[in-house]
Amino acid sequence: MASKAAGKATGGTGRFTQDEQRRDSDHVSFLKHKGFRWLWIALGLCGASIAGYLLIDQQPRPNGGTWYGYTLGTIGFALILWLSLLGVRKRRINPGVWSLKAWTSAHVYLGLSLIVIGTLHTGFQIGWNVHTLAYVLMLLVIFTGIYGVWVYATLPQSLSANRKEMTRKQMLEALTAIDRQLESAAQPLGRAEADLVIEALGQDIFAGGPLARLTGSYPGCATARALKSIGGSSEAATRVTALLEKRSEQLAQIRGQLRIRAMLEIWLFIHIPLTIALIAALTAHVISVFFYW
Amino acid sequence: MFKVAIIGSGPAGLSAAARAAALGLSHVLLEKTDHLSDTIYKYQKGKHVMATPSNLVLRSDIDFDAGKRETILGIWDEQIAGHKVNVKYHAEAKAIRGTGDPIPGSVQQIVSRARDGTKNVKEIQRHAPPYAIELTNGETVMAENVILAIGTQGNPNRMRCPGADLPHVQYQLDDPAEYVDEHIVIVGTGDAGIENARGLAEDPAQRNTVSILNRGTEFPTAKAANVSALMADHEAGKLTVRNESETKSIEPGWITLTTRDGEIRIRCDRIIARIGSAPPRAFVEECGIEFTSEDRGAFPKLSPVFESTAPGIFVIGALAGYPLIKHCMNQGHDVIEFINGNTDLKPADEPIIAAKFANLPGNRSTEEWLEFLRANVSILNGMNPLQMREFMLDSEAKFYAPGEVIFERNAPGSSLFGIASGSVAVEVNPADPSITIPIETGSIFGEVGLISGRRRGATIRAAEDTIVVEISRLAALKLQSQVPSAKKAIERISIERQLLQMFGSGLTREDVAPLVEAAQVQEKRAGEIVVTEGADDKDVYIIRRGSMIVEKQIGDRPVFLSYLPAGSYFGEMAVVDGSTRTATVKAAIKSEVIRLPGEGFLELLEKNPRLRERALKDMEGRRATNAFIEGQKDSFSGAVDLYSKTAQFLVDNGIGEATDVLLIDEKLCIGCDNCEKACADSHDGLSRLDREAGKTYAHLHVPTSCRHCEHPHCMADCPPNAIKRGPDGEVFIDETCIGCGNCQRNCPYGVIRMDAKPPKKPSLLQWMLFGKGPGPGEASYSWRKKAAEAEGVQKPKQAIKCDMCSGIDGGPACVRACPTGAAIRVSPDKFLTFTKLTEDAE
Repeated sequence: MASKAAGKATGGTGRFTQDEQRRDSDHVSFLKHKGFRWLWIALGLCGASIAGYLLIDQQPRPNGGTWYGYTLGTIGFALILWLSLLGVRKRRINPGVWSLKAWTSAHVYLGLSLIVIGTLHTGFQIGWNVHTLAYVLMLLVIFTGIYGVWVYATLPQSLSANRKEMTRKQMLEALTAIDRQLESAAQPLGRAEADLVIEALGQDIFAGGPLARLTGSYPGCATARALKSIGGSSEAATRVTALLEKRSEQLAQIRGQLRIRAMLEIWLFIHIPLTIALIAALTAHVISVFFYW
Repeated sequence: MFKVAIIGSGPAGLSAAARAAALGLSHVLLEKTDHLSDTIYKYQKGKHVMATPSNLVLRSDIDFDAGKRETILGIWDEQIAGHKVNVKYHAEAKAIRGTGDPIPGSVQQIVSRARDGTKNVKEIQRHAPPYAIELTNGETVMAENVILAIGTQGNPNRMRCPGADLPHVQYQLDDPAEYVDEHIVIVGTGDAGIENARGLAEDPAQRNTVSILNRGTEFPTAKAANVSALMADHEAGKLTVRNESETKSIEPGWITLTTRDGEIRIRCDRIIARIGSAPPRAFVEECGIEFTSEDRGAFPKLSPVFESTAPGIFVIGALAGYPLIKHCMNQGHDVIEFINGNTDLKPADEPIIAAKFANLPGNRSTEEWLEFLRANVSILNGMNPLQMREFMLDSEAKFYAPGEVIFERNAPGSSLFGIASGSVAVEVNPADPSITIPIETGSIFGEVGLISGRRRGATIRAAEDTIVVEISRLAALKLQSQVPSAKKAIERISIERQLLQMFGSGLTREDVAPLVEAAQVQEKRAGEIVVTEGADDKDVYIIRRGSMIVEKQIGDRPVFLSYLPAGSYFGEMAVVDGSTRTATVKAAIKSEVIRLPGEGFLELLEKNPRLRERALKDMEGRRATNAFIEGQKDSFSGAVDLYSKTAQFLVDNGIGEATDVLLIDEKLCIGCDNCEKACADSHDGLSRLDREAGKTYAHLHVPTSCRHCEHPHCMADCPPNAIKRGPDGEVFIDETCIGCGNCQRNCPYGVIRMDAKPPKKPSLLQWMLFGKGPGPGEASYSWRKKAAEAEGVQKPKQAIKCDMCSGIDGGPACVRACPTGAAIRVSPDKFLTFTKLTEDAE
């Protein structure tokens, strides 16, 4: 009721103050969010863990099985479960007052802190067992995540520059328009050259598989082939060459877009399945520990 | 000779004709086409027609309920036939003249304006009924009374060259597939002309040779998408765009064109002219009907029984200012009753108006209340009872006890208040609510919100038992166009208040009276310069609506200094210290300024030393900003350039008139479209923003998304008045939307879409675990279509747009759902500053 009353006082539903703050523009990236709030929290967590590890006399030796080891393990397990919930949070916007940027920020820094917490939890005892499997999986998840942070921080600019204010739909429409012109322009060409154009027009522009998509290199590109082979100084040939050049530029933009998007997303195809494997391994790790206790 | 002739067979005309037939009056219904109700007939096939307002009862001899266009037209055709209405098709009225004696002293003045601004006044002597209605086919219809129900659609502009009256010149194209093997010339390069040309050339199997004539080389009146599609067709050889060409003459089989390179004569079997349409005002005025003002939006002057200034000619429907079908039909019914002598008839909206007065103290009847408001609120004095009724439909009467808050400072609101009894107190100083200024009975308040479109400047409380009438923005605009004296009064009061507000509480009305007298309201178009750097004029300006940008020439190019929202003033520096103008001020968007002569301002300053102090202090602040940016220019010229160009870019993209706008920092945007998905999931499964579309400068991207303009363009022409400003300042469309698409056409930023609300999706959990449904975000069109078919209920297409997530905790979902912080929502007065525009977010 108190918030309702406060809302009354500003004339609206109470969002005015909140909106004004927002409009004052919270214009910072997820890494810098709230003056690196989560970085400091993560550093604090790591510092405390290390201090505990050094100061507490663990008997017979530092190990996941001492009370301190259990504490670190519990913190780590809870963190991993919470971090994996980002996938749900991202797809569930309402209800609740929260921001995905804050969640991402916390996800990154707390995730990184797991390197310290997890490692201390092992007590540096590594072996060929399910416990180490969980540890290695965790590190792999974290390293793919680091790649993710790196591409998120560096690639968006080139994505924007490549787009040149065009939407995906407009890029495809531009290609269709070029193709329509190519089709009629190629009518006067000879059989062999016309076939090259037909092949270029007929080729699926997405052909080439994931590798081509990631590298942006399409060795089988029929447009490039046609461009190389069609020569001559006839009016038709010049026009077709010009159009093929336009087409290959348009293809380059579309493929560039695909490449950058693929690089921004590819790591998720490892990060997420590994997370699921990690949670499975962790479950096995926890059960086995309790079973053999 | 008929007792009554009804011109136009839209909902209003049909309803009138049906009533006349039911009463057994001798009547004729004149329709220019070969079918009834042409406007609705031209709706796209299967369109869902709405029946708003739902609280208004229908009073008509023909039925109407929301439904498909075909169903409604079918019912009307059947019932018009059933009532044995005398319909005359292909009867287009050309002129209406009285055939009786000249009416002494009744002269109609018609003012026509040429493009160069000169006025031409023509006078017409009115004659008494009966009226002779001349039709375009040469026939004449005689009637004692005429009901004009022609709507506002108007007639297509006709070609005027020799041969324009040949039968192969047409003004409409119903089905492009109808024509084969023809040489067709399209005249006019608006959207209609371009769409027709492309339609005719679309299928090569039709073997049409299509040319489209463009007077110039640009396409100023067409949508960009249409123009690029047309040019692509031209390049592909499907049709020919002939630039700088005009028609000289037409003959069967041929057309002669004047082009840049001289005359050419080309084959032509058909001409389709799409050169706009003329509003029906000229025709209506020629009939002897006076309008309330010269304003483009003005309506005919009418009596309480819809009679115009020409006795015996009645005006109803959209032309009278009632665009909704139900209103039109009720008026059709009522006007025949009036003509038939039924004077006791109460309008159908009586219960709606009565409900508005139900909670007021003082037991008055509806008529008494209307008269009470009209007589007591000075700006309403000039209205007649019919206007008062119409006015009251969009207004509210409210009672406030002493001390009760009427509105709060910073609350959004664009309505105007009139005090019918009692008085109110304005808390002019937010820090000390005890300092108040009274406003007395008969006066108005809230005019700043109405004019500037910005938030309320002060809290206002009732000082005693007070009855006010709250006039909605729409009703206030109508009032100003109908009653010129009201417009003047509002203007004067607003100038006075703005002057008082500008200088705090130190001044009195007497102090500013001479300045108010000398003040002038000037309209400035976007980009127009108000003050030029280096000039030595001395006037002071207050921004009344819109916004301005301040620029200074540094080195060889203009540098953006600051953004001035409505309510700011400028130009005082030159007056106070006698210098020349230090910077250029120009309108960011279409704006209005109040020009105060420098001498008057100087006098005021001399009389009020405290005011002078304040002005000097304000000036210091501005000088500091200017000096800061000039100083930066030497050390960081890159940053200043970036700031200046980014600010200009944002202003060019409509940020200058925005109140809350979504921007995307493309240095941070990973293209995940989570903003769009969150938007769709927060609002019935449809996204109200298009992230990718829109312009980008220096990695700042303005996506296609609502700017919540100070003066929303979308509100301009909404028949059910469904677009409103909500409690948090958001511009939203409520459920009374009839799906007409006017707002979509009026929005310069393309942020409104027309779509049907899709069925509910399976839950997120079901999708994550079992893959059920389309998942987060907007479902594909095919999924929505299939799900809607499975559900079986056809939902109408309605206008949808951003509502700033009103009613959702935490605010806009687009911003909250951005994982990297790329999406921000800002307001121009806070964001168009040097610090904000040059800060490094990464």
